[in-house]
Amino acid sequence: MDFTRRETMAITAGAVALTVLPFRANAAVDDAINAFTGGADVADGGVDLDAPEIAENGNTVPVTVSAEGATAIMVLAAGNPTPGVATFKFGNLAGSQYASTRIRLAGTQDVIAVAQMADGSFARTSKEVKVTIGGCGG
Amino acid sequence: MISRRDFLQVSMAASALYGASGFGNWAKLAAQQALTQDQLLEFDTFGNVTLIHVTDIHAQTKPIYFREPEINIGVGDNKGAVPHITGAEFRRLYGIEDGSPSHYALTYNDFASLAQEYGRVGGLDRVATVINAIRADRPDALLLDGGDTWHGSYTCYHTEGQDMVNVMNALKPDAMTFHWEFTLGQDRVRELVEGLPYAALGQNIFDAMWDEPAAEFPPYEMFERGGTKIAVIGQAFPYMPIANPGWMFPDFSFGIRDENMQSMVDEVRAAGAELVVCLSHNGFDVDKKMAGIVTGIDVILSGHTHDALPEPVLVGDTIIIASGSNGKFVSRVDLDVQNGKMMGFRTKLIPIFSDVIEPDAEVAAVIDEQRAPFEAELTEVIGQTDSLLYRRGNFNGSWDDLICDALLSEREADIAMSPGVRWGPSILPGQDITREDIWNVTSMTYGKAYRTEMTGEFIHTILEDVGDNLFNPDPYYQQGGDMVRIGGMGYSIDVSQPMGSRISDLTLLSTGEPIDPAKTYVVAGWASVNEGTEGPQIWDVVESHIRKQGTVSVSENTSVKVKGV
Repeated sequence: MDFTRRETMAITAGAVALTVLPFRANAAVDDAINAFTGGADVADGGVDLDAPEIAENGNTVPVTVSAEGATAIMVLAAGNPTPGVATFKFGNLAGSQYASTRIRLAGTQDVIAVAQMADGSFARTSKEVKVTIGGCGG
Repeated sequence: MISRRDFLQVSMAASALYGASGFGNWAKLAAQQALTQDQLLEFDTFGNVTLIHVTDIHAQTKPIYFREPEINIGVGDNKGAVPHITGAEFRRLYGIEDGSPSHYALTYNDFASLAQEYGRVGGLDRVATVINAIRADRPDALLLDGGDTWHGSYTCYHTEGQDMVNVMNALKPDAMTFHWEFTLGQDRVRELVEGLPYAALGQNIFDAMWDEPAAEFPPYEMFERGGTKIAVIGQAFPYMPIANPGWMFPDFSFGIRDENMQSMVDEVRAAGAELVVCLSHNGFDVDKKMAGIVTGIDVILSGHTHDALPEPVLVGDTIIIASGSNGKFVSRVDLDVQNGKMMGFRTKLIPIFSDVIEPDAEVAAVIDEQRAPFEAELTEVIGQTDSLLYRRGNFNGSWDDLICDALLSEREADIAMSPGVRWGPSILPGQDITREDIWNVTSMTYGKAYRTEMTGEFIHTILEDVGDNLFNPDPYYQQGGDMVRIGGMGYSIDVSQPMGSRISDLTLLSTGEPIDPAKTYVVAGWASVNEGTEGPQIWDVVESHIRKQGTVSVSENTSVKVKGV
């Protein structure tokens, strides 16, 4: 039977970058959080993080964070080779503490948001975003 | 305000009357060989609102056979819960007598012999008769179509969905939501939706660039029926660009978006809605989870996972109705809505026994008109089958075994892969296989049969990935559908394990040797979501294979070992 190298590439491209296991949080994530918080305690919850359960396209995943009364929110992609995504800073005149962006995810992993509140306390939340080969919907 | 306890009592009363949907009665009638249309339609009109639900018709306009699944495993909180109960256990749960019409309609056992007795099911001309009868009781009943309507047949493919639009228009639905429709391509979907005389809904259909609600698909429609303000909120299939080729509809984004669903429920309640109905293509387990998160939905009409349940499932104060697929069932849902509250319900899952229900002449004529230009191609006999050909099941179906055999031999491959879709009627032993039958299980706009090389490691990766789409314990991470079907290779799966640890013992069946992660294998498959896939169309591959066989036989598939159930 005939099939070309081009055919093969067309079929497998886009899928080969994925690996089976979810990317695990690495030391760089803890370091980044420590640098942001100065080692202070971080409470769970108190930050809203909106991201899809399954990414439609791992190269551009919409992520929205908000935390009422925050002065800064840091976003990390725990499984990316470089976990740091962005830190949004909110001044006194900010109408709301809300930011939305699109990020690239190397594979299934946790997206983490850590907020610094006006009183100096910290809060975090995370959400698993699945990056999948897909292709078999009923 | 009605309390949860009152609500349960109301529903228990409803169950006593109709929860078992007259099952005991049917069994008796079966013994008397006297199943009639009147008995199938028998229903004491209840309350002040009626909903009629059809879903996942997959372009099946004519009566067919459709075998329900034997294997449908639930995981996490849904382990052992409906719809993950099949066969005899399902019959015991609902008090269905063995050998009865409901046994035939709702479970898989003895399918071929019961099919001889009870005949075909479905046919949109019969569905029309049922809808008309319900409308005779309640003229302003709402007819709601859960989607997967404009996909799945020879005529639907060749008319790009126009045949189904024409037939459905004759049934006069009030609203619809979507899934496979988008695989017609976004331009065609826009064109068809623009001309629809009813609402095309999806609160989770967003503009991909701006991440805002898509202008073409309103989130909801308000109706006033029986003096009651009803909001119908649409929920399209959440994972379309992942489960289907996103490049065919790049302008759109989906997702579950349950926060937006809550906003829409709050919005319609504020606008005076006394009854909130969600017309959903989430799949049953996703709907169950959503019902526990979003408050204020009275009824979820659930589609996508093709489950047929004779009683609603209650989550909090929300009832979830599952109405099967392929035109085999119509659900009637009567509701008593008083002072902005749903006070009670009475439901019936009506099986469309084609030999019992009289076809509606007007709709039958519309159907025949759509088929006429293609009649010769549709009816051409390609071969016969000795075996029951069916599709449903988590790991394999005999139709898919046959398709995989066709891929292995026609494409000269070591391993074949066939997508785990749930649509496609069954064929009885001894029946002819026509071209229409082949298209009913293969028709799609991305059906090219590729041939490629994959390493053993990559094959393993694919199985783990698809396995997680099915067996992730959190329904929000499931896509519906079943496991990718494999020809030429066996494997073990432990459904209780996390992703990456479920699949083992990959074995090449031709040699009996373990699959080598580093070695390269020739793999043939179809329905790739990647743009630019090349190869012959799958229906041509299958037709060529069946022609060569003359009469096909499919032996029992024992190559998948399942653990952790």
